[in-house]
Amino acid sequence: MDLLKRIFVKVGVLPFLLVALVILFSLAEHRFMSLSNLLNVGRQTTYLAIVTAGQMLTILCAGFDLSVGSSVALTSIVTSMVMVSVADPTTAMVLGILAGIGTATLVGLANGITIAVFRVSPFVVTLGMLSVAHGLALLISSGVPIFNMPEQLNTIFGLGMVWGIPVPVLVAASIVALIWLLLSRTRVGRYFYALGGNREAARLSGIAVRKYTALAYVLCGTLTGITGVMLTARVASGEPNLGANLPLESIAAAVIGGVSLRGGEGNIIGAIFGAILIVTIRNGMDLMNISSYLQMVVMGCLLIFAVVMDQFRLSMKGR
Amino acid sequence: MSELLLKAENITKTFPGVKALDKVNFDLRAGEVHVLFGENGAGKSTLTKVLAGSYLPDEGDIYLRGQKMAFKNPYDARSRGVSAVYQEFSLVPKLTVVENLFLGRELTKRGFLDKEAMLKQARASLEDLGFDLDPMAKVGGLKRAERQMVEITKAFQEKMSVLILDEPTASLSDKEVIRLFELIVRLKGEGVGIIYISHRIDELKKVGDRISVLRDGRNVATMDMAEADEEKLISLMTGRDYEEIFPVIETTPGKVVLEVQNLSTVTGLHDISFQVRQGEILGIAGLVGAGKSRVGRALYGLEKVTGGTVIMEGYAVEEPTPITSLKLGVMYFPADRHKEGLVLCRSVRENQTMAALPLFEKKGFIDLKREESTVRGIVKKMNVRPSRIHGAINNLSGGNQQKVMLSRGLTREVKLFIFDEASCGIDVGAKREVYLFLKEQAEKGAAVIFISSELTEVLHLSHNIVVMHAGTVAKTMPGLGATEEDVLSACFGYDYQNICNNGNGSRTGGSVANSIEG
Repeated sequence: MDLLKRIFVKVGVLPFLLVALVILFSLAEHRFMSLSNLLNVGRQTTYLAIVTAGQMLTILCAGFDLSVGSSVALTSIVTSMVMVSVADPTTAMVLGILAGIGTATLVGLANGITIAVFRVSPFVVTLGMLSVAHGLALLISSGVPIFNMPEQLNTIFGLGMVWGIPVPVLVAASIVALIWLLLSRTRVGRYFYALGGNREAARLSGIAVRKYTALAYVLCGTLTGITGVMLTARVASGEPNLGANLPLESIAAAVIGGVSLRGGEGNIIGAIFGAILIVTIRNGMDLMNISSYLQMVVMGCLLIFAVVMDQFRLSMKGR
Repeated sequence: MSELLLKAENITKTFPGVKALDKVNFDLRAGEVHVLFGENGAGKSTLTKVLAGSYLPDEGDIYLRGQKMAFKNPYDARSRGVSAVYQEFSLVPKLTVVENLFLGRELTKRGFLDKEAMLKQARASLEDLGFDLDPMAKVGGLKRAERQMVEITKAFQEKMSVLILDEPTASLSDKEVIRLFELIVRLKGEGVGIIYISHRIDELKKVGDRISVLRDGRNVATMDMAEADEEKLISLMTGRDYEEIFPVIETTPGKVVLEVQNLSTVTGLHDISFQVRQGEILGIAGLVGAGKSRVGRALYGLEKVTGGTVIMEGYAVEEPTPITSLKLGVMYFPADRHKEGLVLCRSVRENQTMAALPLFEKKGFIDLKREESTVRGIVKKMNVRPSRIHGAINNLSGGNQQKVMLSRGLTREVKLFIFDEASCGIDVGAKREVYLFLKEQAEKGAAVIFISSELTEVLHLSHNIVVMHAGTVAKTMPGLGATEEDVLSACFGYDYQNICNNGNGSRTGGSVANSIEG
């Protein structure tokens, strides 16, 4: 019991949930533990994992980003519009990808500057941006999906395999590795933790608080853009309604993974496990034929539960 | 002997990492003033908060008129006649004086607020106490002293039998102090027991009947005020002699490091001029609200400078910011280490190197090995306990947290240290270590600005003393040979001796006030 309590205080509620769910799903549905399904879970996790990595950076800085979903949709539309307007497939793909990631980065920059320089709350700024980016995506696309993109996009970035590993998984793994390096081995990472944990102390220690806060949102934007491009590749069309669940799921994943909403606490490994947990739940519920409406209810409850547990953990730490 | 009003037996109160009260016994008789005396962090405030219902004791019993009590909260205590006036105010800034006075017990007429009646009563109470205050003024716009008056009025409005006053004179003027003392005499006559916290020994001798000295959470002595003299109180308070606490700091002042000319800020500092040399400790003293801590903040770039010049090693600093200040070799340590100093959820290691990370970089990455060995060296040198450098810093005691914060000064080259209340809220042992840190830095040739409310500290450590009064420099004097009266007179902007002797026939009081804290 004491050991369990120590684990809870140290890493949070995640290990307990993961174990419980794996047992529950494998008992309820024999297909759950099959290799093909597990691979499927792995593939589905990559998209959420990359967004969660970005989301986590903003949460470390004591903020969050509600606009990640709309930003994915906008990326998808921009990428596909650019691709269909260029004839040569390779040029089209390069330009489209750059344009998509660039757009999402700009969205992040707009978030970051408003939050860091004008000191508006992340909630208001990114909620507004959620509407702005989604609105733009619908406006540009007139609300309809965009087809006729180069086929290679889907075959390489959507379904492609390198060394027997799906390309999206490779991309996600490299991003996770880079973020891990950033957080644990560079000044930037330390500054994120410091300014998220105590903004004033960070400022007094000579840290350019505004610059680094903005940087967290820019990086989140870039990672969101990468996800947008990869999701577009996977569905082989530009979708103005892509990624609607991402804000909730990425925040839930990070918080369940031990990233504190108060800022300054958490690590990428936890956050990624949080993402795995969320995808596992979704997958398990799909297999059990639970309606998507009910799934929404479950996901919402999960987020609230995670935050309650985080609060509880804080009080157990004493203070 | 008069009736025993309040009695506390074996009170113990523990906070994470610190035993604030350890089996404290305390009693209060009707019609007496019982003084609580001790250093910052000795447990005075905690004890009063236990007695007034703000904290529940972990162990021990409280008896009110012989009846065992367990106050659920301050309102419960107040309703039974135990009122407290704390240093940190419990007023709502956006509300007016009247609204604050009646907060939680508003007068009503037919279900609606009876504003007229409240205003009338408030006027009467203020007049009765002799406080010249507009009852309709917003509390947020009042000066500190005026807020203190509101706080005192609030306590006096209640029918009370026990009154707790925590540093009530900290920001009152001489006239108001005399008025307050008259009120205390009146209350004593009505049989009210008063618990009085102050650092000013003169003042204590004047109002106190008995005195209890607290040290490290224990009641080390209770005696009649007449038996107490300054020397005895100080040694009881600190547990040792001056010489053991304060190191002798050799100085060979070198060239001028910082020169400040006619500095003024948006927050009301004006015409501030002084200079600090290499190897010199410049103490800055002053009452609460005199602006001593704003001087440090302005120099480091935390308050907007509106005029004057700051010259750092011959280089005129236009608009200092923490980033440029650090580059110039200025390091500032804030008074509130939790709010502005430390990132509590992060490790000792990260807290120690956060102001110097670029210096630990190799090819864009932090050289973790070199960082770790530096941090371990510093932890050992500063005697930080526990010495685990990866643990979150909020598990350390106040003194150790302070040492971690100060040791940031060892991770990069610093030419000018600015300490704001460096020894606040830490025990005597840790204080001694903080002073030794100061000594070492000064003797190595750094210039030091030492801002403190503890007068003894300023007098014993400083080579030069700047005394602040009302936002400007009242007096500058050499540290050697400076006495408490010299500094206090300048602090108050008038002759301190006169006030203490005013209306005090028999006792002229020992000449020394230990502290002007607030």
